[in-house]
Amino acid sequence: MLAEKYPEEVKKILLRYPPEQKRSAVMPLLYLAQRDEGFVNKAALEDIARTLDITSTEVAEIVGFYTLYHDEKEGKYRMQVCTDMPCALRGADKFLEELCANLGVKVGETTADGMITVEAVTCLAACDKAPMFQIQSGEGIEYHENMTVDKTMELVEALRKTGKGVKE
Amino acid sequence: MTHLLLRHRDIPDIGKMDVYQKNGGFEAFEKAVTRMKPQEVTDVVKASGLRGRGGAGFPTGVKWSFIPKNIWPHYVVANADESEPGTFKDREIMENNPLQFLEGVAITSYAVGANAAYVYLRGEFWPVATLLDEKIAEMEKAGYLGEKIFGTDFSLRIYTHLGAGAYICGEETALIESIEGKRGQPRIRPPFPAVYGLYGKPTVINNVETLTNVPLIVERGADCYKSLGTADSAGVKIFSLSGRVNQPGNYELPFGTTFRELIYHYGGGVMDDRPVKAIMPAGASSSFIVADDKALDTPMDYASVRTLGADLGSASVIVIDDTVSLEWVISKTIRFFKHESCGKCTPCREGCYWMMHLIERIGNGEKTKENIELLYSVAKQMQNKCLCPLGEFSTMAVVTGIERFPQDFSVKRNNAEVLR
Repeated sequence: MLAEKYPEEVKKILLRYPPEQKRSAVMPLLYLAQRDEGFVNKAALEDIARTLDITSTEVAEIVGFYTLYHDEKEGKYRMQVCTDMPCALRGADKFLEELCANLGVKVGETTADGMITVEAVTCLAACDKAPMFQIQSGEGIEYHENMTVDKTMELVEALRKTGKGVKE
Repeated sequence: MTHLLLRHRDIPDIGKMDVYQKNGGFEAFEKAVTRMKPQEVTDVVKASGLRGRGGAGFPTGVKWSFIPKNIWPHYVVANADESEPGTFKDREIMENNPLQFLEGVAITSYAVGANAAYVYLRGEFWPVATLLDEKIAEMEKAGYLGEKIFGTDFSLRIYTHLGAGAYICGEETALIESIEGKRGQPRIRPPFPAVYGLYGKPTVINNVETLTNVPLIVERGADCYKSLGTADSAGVKIFSLSGRVNQPGNYELPFGTTFRELIYHYGGGVMDDRPVKAIMPAGASSSFIVADDKALDTPMDYASVRTLGADLGSASVIVIDDTVSLEWVISKTIRFFKHESCGKCTPCREGCYWMMHLIERIGNGEKTKENIELLYSVAKQMQNKCLCPLGEFSTMAVVTGIERFPQDFSVKRNNAEVLR
């Protein structure tokens, strides 16, 4: 139960919205539910639905609609590489291809140690700093910009060692 | 020129409360709340000619004046969903000059009588939201937010709300739905948010850059602001320059700067000194401009860019050189819109799906006259039939690409020439 596990956070989230509009808290609560495992499990869906007086289907449709919520376990870190047109004009497709070759995975796959899932995503508003990607984990998101494959592999090694996000 | 919005480029620590205060921070807010009536604030913004910087270019003061005085409460929402491929200006403002942006939110709230404002950030801006939360707490501590601000009866709270990865939430009614805890799908308009917005109440929604202009206008007056820019496009604009240029980035310039100045003087010219072939002036949703000399010497303001058969929109200038095939470019834009279509209206949902299929077929070697004509026809049939601008946007590059660069869609063209 989120309210038992993170009582302060849940209280603070609910205070952001008018009391009669608590459904608004569904998105921040889903981020909270994702914190430990990187995805939202079924129990959390039902828990959030009860907290907000909506159905678990209404919570599930939010998870389904927005790309940053996940309903399945993947790698501990999701490396989301922007391959949209402005980034691709600056070499993002080639970067992703070489990165996958170095990690020994295809786009959408997770490394054998379960640490990194590589994904191709749409625009992340960093078109002037391509190639770039964000790393999403349960704790949040961080950007890595003006990247090379070498720099990325160093970052991957650091993530494997420390288990924590590292800013360049 | 001294920066008015990207002030951190002149004053590195402008994001800190004491530095911001020392440089005139919150004086405009104090002036508004203690010495001006809300209507006077709206009037000065109206007189300044400020137009929405998110893309639509609608006059900001006029938007505020639509808020009815007989339905309460009112809300202000800052649109920080910045998701258009080619646009990356709001993030730079919020990361580096957050207090000027938040002061803009506060002044706007006073002008329209709102006691609560939400900043809706795209989920990827998680660290930016954390920073804004800190700045909001500092403002509360300093007495700029909370109850009885500057000893008056005006009270205000600002909250951040993180989206979770959906371009469509930049559309204002979809954004409202998202804050309400629903799927981010646009509402049928009218009613417009000014009357029926967040929680069904009158709501003003403005882009981050628009709001960051507001303290300047209140502080310096409408005439001073209007003296910058051109007759129909007052003030300064942040141009996000990307694509095949040597120095991509944000450039804060007066409206009326030419494409040539932006690309060659500020952007350091084109990679490998290739000629510019096409320009997308408003990100992935733009029409293509044929980059001849006339186009390059066209001033970047709302009216002039329209003479080139395109819109300036959010001024996200993507430069495409002659090594790139527009067939490849539209395969990227279609993929984007197909992914981001919310699925609510049929023309957009099915149209994007079919455009995607056709451009894939064409890319895979089935570059027949029939497939290209069919792609053009699907895009044309979507126009003016979609519920919100997303569907329309998805067709702009397709239609203008085929019309203005027919050589790139010639059936004889070898696919190996296409850039990878």
